[in-house]
Amino acid sequence: MSKHKLTVNGNSLEVDVEGDMPLLWVLRDKFKLTGTKFGCGIAQCGACTVHIDGVAVRSCVLPVSSVTGLVTTIEGLAQGEDLHPLQSAWIEHDVPQCGYCQAGQIMSAAALLSKNSQPSDNDIDQALAGNYCRCGTYVRIRRAVHTAASFYNADKRNS
Amino acid sequence: MNNKNISRRNLFKVSAIAGGGLMLKLSLPVNALEDSRTTLVKSSELNFYVQIASDGQITIYAPNPEMGQGIKTTLPMIIAEEMGANWDDVEVVLAPIDPAKFGMQGSGGSMSVTRNFDAMRRMGASAREMLIGAASELMEVERRDLKAEASRVIHGSGRSMSFGQLASVAAQQPVPVPEQLSFKDPRSYSIIGTSVGSVDNLVIATGLTKFGIDVDIPGMKFAGYTRCPRPGGKAISFNESEIKALPGVIDAFILQPDARSGKASMAFLDGLAALQGGVAIVGEDTWSVFSAKAKLKVSWDESGASKDQWSKMVTDARAIAVKGGGEVKLAGASVTEALSDGNNRTLEAFYEFPYVAHVCMEPMNCTVDFRKGSAGKPDSLEIWLGSQFPNQVKEIAENMLGVKQENVVVHGLRMGGGFGRRAVHDFAAEAMAISHQSGLPVKLTWTRTDDIHNDYFRVGGFENMKGAVSLDGKLAAWDQHYIGFADDKGKRVIGSGLRGNELSMVAFDNARVSQTMMPVATACGAWRAPGSNTNAFVEQSFIHELASLAERDHLEFLTELMGSRRWIKDGDISALNTGRAIDVIKLAAQKAGWGKAMPEGHGLGLAFYFCHAAHVAEVAEVSVDVDKNYSVKRVTVAVDVGPIINMSGAINQVQGSIVDGLSTMALQEITMQNGRIEQDNFHQYPVMRIASTPEIDVHFIQSDNKPTGLGEPALPPLAPAVTNAIFAATGKRIRSMPLSNEGYKLV
Repeated sequence: MSKHKLTVNGNSLEVDVEGDMPLLWVLRDKFKLTGTKFGCGIAQCGACTVHIDGVAVRSCVLPVSSVTGLVTTIEGLAQGEDLHPLQSAWIEHDVPQCGYCQAGQIMSAAALLSKNSQPSDNDIDQALAGNYCRCGTYVRIRRAVHTAASFYNADKRNS
Repeated sequence: MNNKNISRRNLFKVSAIAGGGLMLKLSLPVNALEDSRTTLVKSSELNFYVQIASDGQITIYAPNPEMGQGIKTTLPMIIAEEMGANWDDVEVVLAPIDPAKFGMQGSGGSMSVTRNFDAMRRMGASAREMLIGAASELMEVERRDLKAEASRVIHGSGRSMSFGQLASVAAQQPVPVPEQLSFKDPRSYSIIGTSVGSVDNLVIATGLTKFGIDVDIPGMKFAGYTRCPRPGGKAISFNESEIKALPGVIDAFILQPDARSGKASMAFLDGLAALQGGVAIVGEDTWSVFSAKAKLKVSWDESGASKDQWSKMVTDARAIAVKGGGEVKLAGASVTEALSDGNNRTLEAFYEFPYVAHVCMEPMNCTVDFRKGSAGKPDSLEIWLGSQFPNQVKEIAENMLGVKQENVVVHGLRMGGGFGRRAVHDFAAEAMAISHQSGLPVKLTWTRTDDIHNDYFRVGGFENMKGAVSLDGKLAAWDQHYIGFADDKGKRVIGSGLRGNELSMVAFDNARVSQTMMPVATACGAWRAPGSNTNAFVEQSFIHELASLAERDHLEFLTELMGSRRWIKDGDISALNTGRAIDVIKLAAQKAGWGKAMPEGHGLGLAFYFCHAAHVAEVAEVSVDVDKNYSVKRVTVAVDVGPIINMSGAINQVQGSIVDGLSTMALQEITMQNGRIEQDNFHQYPVMRIASTPEIDVHFIQSDNKPTGLGEPALPPLAPAVTNAIFAATGKRIRSMPLSNEGYKLV
């Protein structure tokens, strides 16, 4: 066991665990941030997607000892009272079915939008290629990402 | 920031979230809600479903478990409609598990809407009548001059009172007699038939939903369980001292199989499942447990273990196909004659479909707090899980641990997928046994490998098909021999075999349909549209094969087969209605542009299937290149499930069924090697990714029939629509799933 310092959603946190414990389990079991989901443990399904310094990563295979950047989880995506444009778009398009994969989908999409605010279908397919949706909400996910991009751009124009 | 689609109340919730606090309204236990309510509409029935606070907030309890099928939104919509509520005033709360109040709280078979439509309308209508009664009293006017609309009771003069103002007096009104309630004219609906977002979208999009796997209770420890890789095996010993010395491990022990936990390992709707033998590990966190699981070395007693071998099943089935015979389901009068009539053209084909797994995105898990009784207090148990039939786990507690059902509290949580898997509670039996043995409150979480290996699989199977068409191109005979599986007691496993009323051939007078069962030890269960999802592939492919043999247009051949418009069993929703079938077939074909010229390598494929009281037709547009890379461009769907309750939810279910159907037919197969399941995780059992998603064009025929469910029936026609389209594009017939085994690559 060793102490690991992390910054999660802007909060400085410390945890005393084995260094090989994946970030996913630190978030879920130790910090009680359960929005990030376990799906496979081998970086195949994307349910565990979080951001490190704004880049989408699969937290289920990332040892906590190797985490150096700022961690953002789905719980930290909204800014104050404002939902992230993707979260609003997910609600507007009534995307979820079971909902279990959606945090990971949104985190992957958020990393995409931060680099590319006018993604094509192909850009979306590439950025979300690592995220399974077993319920099959892919059609709505694509639409919602496009809608969020338009919110995103409107926001930028307004600010 | 564009928040135009979020109501003021939702914004309030969001600010609570963003402040780091809990979402009080949603996290309040039900008792607290009841204690804190300002007023309550009281009646023998209504208080269970509808509460109205003096500030106008309407709370409606959603009785049935939610697994992504949308029922938590759909059923309350029906109540709100009949009440005359404004949907924005409604807060939906998942009802506690209490069958005495909420009836059969189960989700399965696409039956929730079918079963509950009238009951929910009565709940809403009864609340409305009590509100109108209160308004009549307070406004001193005649009841007949009042109507309920937009959360107000309005008098003909224009005077009105809000539901909130009326609530406390309404609660004192006599409870209407159910038989005397009248329902709204569907033409005046303002909620039913509209698109309503799922009530949990906000908490899902912000990561605050609590699934079973997210449960956290005081003192809770984490658990894992490792069964024998060959089902039916028992643990003899394991490297106990090594495992117990691992960091974060609290306890490790063997559990013996326990038949008392269930009637049979292949039980379905009774939800009972025998505890399988294995090794339990309890630890401080999930990772410590998973790491220790990976280091387990177990000596197994495999004397009673499964020897199932998929390759042998295929060989055996082919031999049975040659022999013919089987239990007869339909006996056409002159099938043999027509098949041997030299004037007819005939065809024989052998079809094969694999076992597949459910792979719910949320692996199976269950949290249990077993409390040993003392000083005259009996043993008790509290259970948290996502289940399609949560109340049934109480029976496991009683049978296996002797805890009386009245001392068992079950909390049903939102499920990260069900698809039939969460109708069986083997994982709950494990969690109960682990909490009981360790004396600790534990959350059992399965690894993905546990989740695949321990599945109750969609049963695989085979069908040997023979058909004849006459010289004038008409179907002359149909001979269908289904070869499936039965358990060690000879009982057909769930999903194996054919259901008489749903077969298209009930519309045709010279069909022989028979079935033969082979033994299987691997556990099988309900998998989205059990039986239908595989038979549709065979039936609808072979109809197309015969249409091609007859050199007929498939659309014409299929509608001709349905014959005159009739209900095969009048009034029975589980029986095919050929008129409704013809309507959806024609609509799907028309919307897809059936008959249009297609580019080289492109094809349209048509399929129809009737199941779960739904008539569904689909047309797939597919492109295939010379290397067998194929892409499904578009799927056009026509559905008749009667009136639609929630348009957005209904379309979502159809879209999801298309993706699920495509994912399964293209990629998925479970195989057994000496009993062991050969697929361990998603690298060997992939799910379709977003790039392969077709455009999906959904059309509803909102017929006059009663509304029925839509969680399953749009899936079965997808596979044959796609393979029929591949045939149209290439001339190559596919008779086996998944297509990846035939060298086809979905792009």
